[in-house]
Amino acid sequence: MSLSVRALVRQYPGNPEPTLKGLSFDLPAGTLTALLGRSGAGKSTLLRCVLGLEPFEQGSILVDGVEVPGTAASTPAARELALRQARAKLGLVFQSYELFPHLSVLDNCTLAPMKVQGLGRAKAEEKARALLVQLGLEHRIAAWPEQLSGGQKQRVAIARALAMEPRVLLYDEPTSALDPSLKAEVLQTLKRVDATGVTQVVVTHDLQLARGVEHVCVLDHGQVIESGPPGEVLVAPKHESTRTLLKSWLDEG
Amino acid sequence: MTRALALLLVVASGAASADTLSDVRAAKTLRWGADAQGGAPYVFQDPMDPNRLVGFEVDLAQLLAKKLGVQARPVPGQWDKLLELLARGDFDVAINGLEVAEEKKRVCRLSRPYLEVPERLTIRRGDGQAPRTLEALAQRTVGTLPGSMAARIAERAQAQVKTYLGGQDEIYADLKLGRIDAVLLDAPVARYYGDIDPAFETVDADFGSVRYAVALRSDDEALAQAVDQALGELIADGSLRAIYERWGVWSPQTAALFGDTRPPSTEPAVEFERWRAAVGHLPPFLERVRTRYPQVLPLFLRGAGLTLLVSVCAMVLAIALGVTLAFSRRYGPAPVRWLAAAYIEFFRGTPLLVQLTLVYFGLPELDVRLSPFVAGVVALGLNYAAAEAENYRAGLESVARGQLEAAQVLGLSRWQTLRFVVGPQALRISIPPMTNDFIALLKDSSLVSVVTLTELTTTYTTLANSMRDHLGLGALVALLYLLLGLPFALLAQRVEAYFGRHLKRGEA
Repeated sequence: MSLSVRALVRQYPGNPEPTLKGLSFDLPAGTLTALLGRSGAGKSTLLRCVLGLEPFEQGSILVDGVEVPGTAASTPAARELALRQARAKLGLVFQSYELFPHLSVLDNCTLAPMKVQGLGRAKAEEKARALLVQLGLEHRIAAWPEQLSGGQKQRVAIARALAMEPRVLLYDEPTSALDPSLKAEVLQTLKRVDATGVTQVVVTHDLQLARGVEHVCVLDHGQVIESGPPGEVLVAPKHESTRTLLKSWLDEG
Repeated sequence: MTRALALLLVVASGAASADTLSDVRAAKTLRWGADAQGGAPYVFQDPMDPNRLVGFEVDLAQLLAKKLGVQARPVPGQWDKLLELLARGDFDVAINGLEVAEEKKRVCRLSRPYLEVPERLTIRRGDGQAPRTLEALAQRTVGTLPGSMAARIAERAQAQVKTYLGGQDEIYADLKLGRIDAVLLDAPVARYYGDIDPAFETVDADFGSVRYAVALRSDDEALAQAVDQALGELIADGSLRAIYERWGVWSPQTAALFGDTRPPSTEPAVEFERWRAAVGHLPPFLERVRTRYPQVLPLFLRGAGLTLLVSVCAMVLAIALGVTLAFSRRYGPAPVRWLAAAYIEFFRGTPLLVQLTLVYFGLPELDVRLSPFVAGVVALGLNYAAAEAENYRAGLESVARGQLEAAQVLGLSRWQTLRFVVGPQALRISIPPMTNDFIALLKDSSLVSVVTLTELTTTYTTLANSMRDHLGLGALVALLYLLLGLPFALLAQRVEAYFGRHLKRGEA
């Protein structure tokens, strides 16, 4: 399994109820999965736990066999080390992209390979160029992030993540900040990346996007309530909550 | 290494040694403290050649040193700080119109008096309302020097006493402008600043007299005896009288003090005449620019050099410490954050002058003796570090949290994140206030004059008093400050543009 989450519990200090209540799921390598759920269902929390941006109280997360430390890590230094090992397998495309504004598109994609993986500039640039070309950004390689459109920024963010050769690439709401006309383009990009064999997890509440992926997990109240191919889950949901969820989304448009 | 550093930090001063006389003989130098800003005719810069220090006390110090078989070396110090600097060990003796008074004996030792002069009242000529007697001083505004015998006499007469730290020229300038009704000062001052101006009249009345003595550290028994003996010999062989007559400060009181019964000299006081010729009538501005200012330029440049050196060193310290404080305050654990915040509040919440005085005069009580330069740089640096820390914190906080997380997820270490992601973005925000602070620091560095450093502002105030030219020299010194600051402002603009080059809109 590429990403395996077991009985995950996360409770924010001061909250009466846990946000994640013993959530579990497995994603096979190379799949393109959508994590669906209404806002407040725990999607973002799950994402942050997987990336180690937030600790969790119980359960386990395995990324390509490497364990993401929760709160149980013995020392801060040990936790830091374990996190770095897990993050080496992970990539994230932020909802707001978080490109480094003071670096060119190319430098955004070479910084981490050079500083973290120790690649030489020439090697790093070669790799970055190939990725940028692959994502249709060959004419924007020297641009500043500020000069790009939203869709272009997103593809730079994807190239930047892919430059680190992650086994699992996570997306936080990739369509929410984009013009609706670009949604199809996002799915196209996801499919292009899918062809490279990277496991992709897209956190979204965008039904249109979810219909296009291979696998869907539905989150509700901190638990996975249903999963399977979109053709089953989104067409003939077994769970009552999924039906309500789908209905409310369809009503929204 | 540590020893070399200790040597650099600690002045090789006589204060540590019990026997200053042997130190003086070993160094073949008598370091004597005086304030050149105090002005004529005591110790001042020759208005015709400002590179030269002149005055009857300069001549006296040279004769005194010669008697001790050593060279005299003047050390500058603010007049009201001379006794503190003496105690601190910045010089061996202080000779600068220091009056014999009981309360001084608690903090230093005084030699036998070397001059006694009457107090003189100067008023505006033709001012019918002007006070002319001691009794008439009651409720009138009288200008004088702080902590002087004249100030005490005026206070006792219930006058409104206004004291001036800047210099004697300013007191008489205020009298001329009508800001005060009269000036009560020692006869030499009245003669050099009052008598040479026809707008003034010196009242012929008795206001008491004052004696001057050489100040020594309380425990310097041997040096005190040597000085007293030397003074005795200089009095006996008439060489002191010769100096005083050349400078026109010989008085009947001094004759009585010395037991000198010879009739007063009929020779003109050559040095006084020289002074009167030099400053009695200020040449027009353009002529001063042509004839006088080229002479003072080297002095100004030396002052500017020191100002720049002190400022740059202090800024380097402020930046290094400021960065540390900002990181501590933003990323440190709670106790470190509190410490950093406490530091910042303390140093920006107390006056720089207090901090400087504390470092220079306070720390020696804990046996930490910093040289004037190091003390100046440390005090300025510690103070400005607080301002810098807040600048950098503002810069750091301007970088969104998501940027940190993006760097983290990419696997960059904390240090790499700061160095490549947060730092460059924060710096762009911090550069304008930093430039502002550096220029403020250039100007605030004038405060290091309290630790005996003759930087640009002190050079100006001293020269302005001895050349009696405040406006022209003031314009010159203002221009120099501007020239010092401008290159940094321009450099900052370019650096800021470099770090902000991604913000230029348009197609790449």
